[in-house]
Amino acid sequence: MKNIKYLLAGVFFGIVLVKAQVISWFRIQEMFQLTSFHMYGVIGTAVVTGIISLQLIKRFHIKTLSGDPIVVAPKKFSKGQIYGGLIFGLGWAITGACPGPLFAQIGMGFSVVAVTLVSAIAGTWIYGAIQAKLPQ
Amino acid sequence: MQLLKFIQQPWHWSVSGLLIGLTVPALLILGNKVFGISSSLRHICAACFPANITFFKYDWKKESWNLFFAAGILLGAFIAGHYLQDGQNVEVAAATRERLAGYGIHDYRALLPSEIFSWQQLFTWKGLIFFVIGGFMIGFGTRYAGGCTSGHSIMGLSNLQWPSLVATICFMAGGFASANLFIPLIFKWLH
Repeated sequence: MKNIKYLLAGVFFGIVLVKAQVISWFRIQEMFQLTSFHMYGVIGTAVVTGIISLQLIKRFHIKTLSGDPIVVAPKKFSKGQIYGGLIFGLGWAITGACPGPLFAQIGMGFSVVAVTLVSAIAGTWIYGAIQAKLPQ
Repeated sequence: MQLLKFIQQPWHWSVSGLLIGLTVPALLILGNKVFGISSSLRHICAACFPANITFFKYDWKKESWNLFFAAGILLGAFIAGHYLQDGQNVEVAAATRERLAGYGIHDYRALLPSEIFSWQQLFTWKGLIFFVIGGFMIGFGTRYAGGCTSGHSIMGLSNLQWPSLVATICFMAGGFASANLFIPLIFKWLH
């Protein structure tokens, strides 16, 4: 039951993803063809909102609903952010989706994207299987 | 009804960006959860096909909130797609429409073109490239990079993490190469 709130947060986020059109293959092409400001505006506003929110949380020591202090672990650098980042970027423009939008595209009614999702799960699995052999 | 009409029109990028950004503090306040979606793919592997691989040997049930969040996205998109759209064609920049016409794409009724994203394309070269290979690159790449657009570009940048900036620059570099070099080549080869 404690996970219901995350389901509801997901519902909210899914609605926003569709209405923001960030799950649109067309919007992704526009972004990378530099023909529209839309995606840059959305992502830029989201990052600025996120930065301000985190600063407020830190400054006012805002706690979680259950009263715990909020902690965000720092991200560690690895070469994967370069190699993996480039590979994901290639796939992002082709499919018009990152992992969140994959779920949204399926929900919206493009059921064939389930194939893309299964393939993304397979990609994650293969990464897990060969991780030790890759430069990190 | 007025409110529904209001929601159904396309949203301005600033409204959309604000609401996406607010997901970051919302998940932290709900229960110290760090915004990120690609991890859900790892949890699915750990839950269904761990196959004795070290990378999948962890207590995925502790992270199950992430799977509920992903399921919520699917449900939310269903609601938005079926009840919160105005039924108009999507607006796309003229320069991009011209390029897409060269690829044989003319259907602007939905957010994805039916010329690519339909079941009829599944067992064609188009299906192999756009669903199977594209999807594989998303899953492999995001896990190798340790996050995706949500985990790095939104959550990581919001927390001023430089590794997330490196990742975001590489996401964009890959996307530019894909959209301007590979996708034109793919369609040239397909036709």
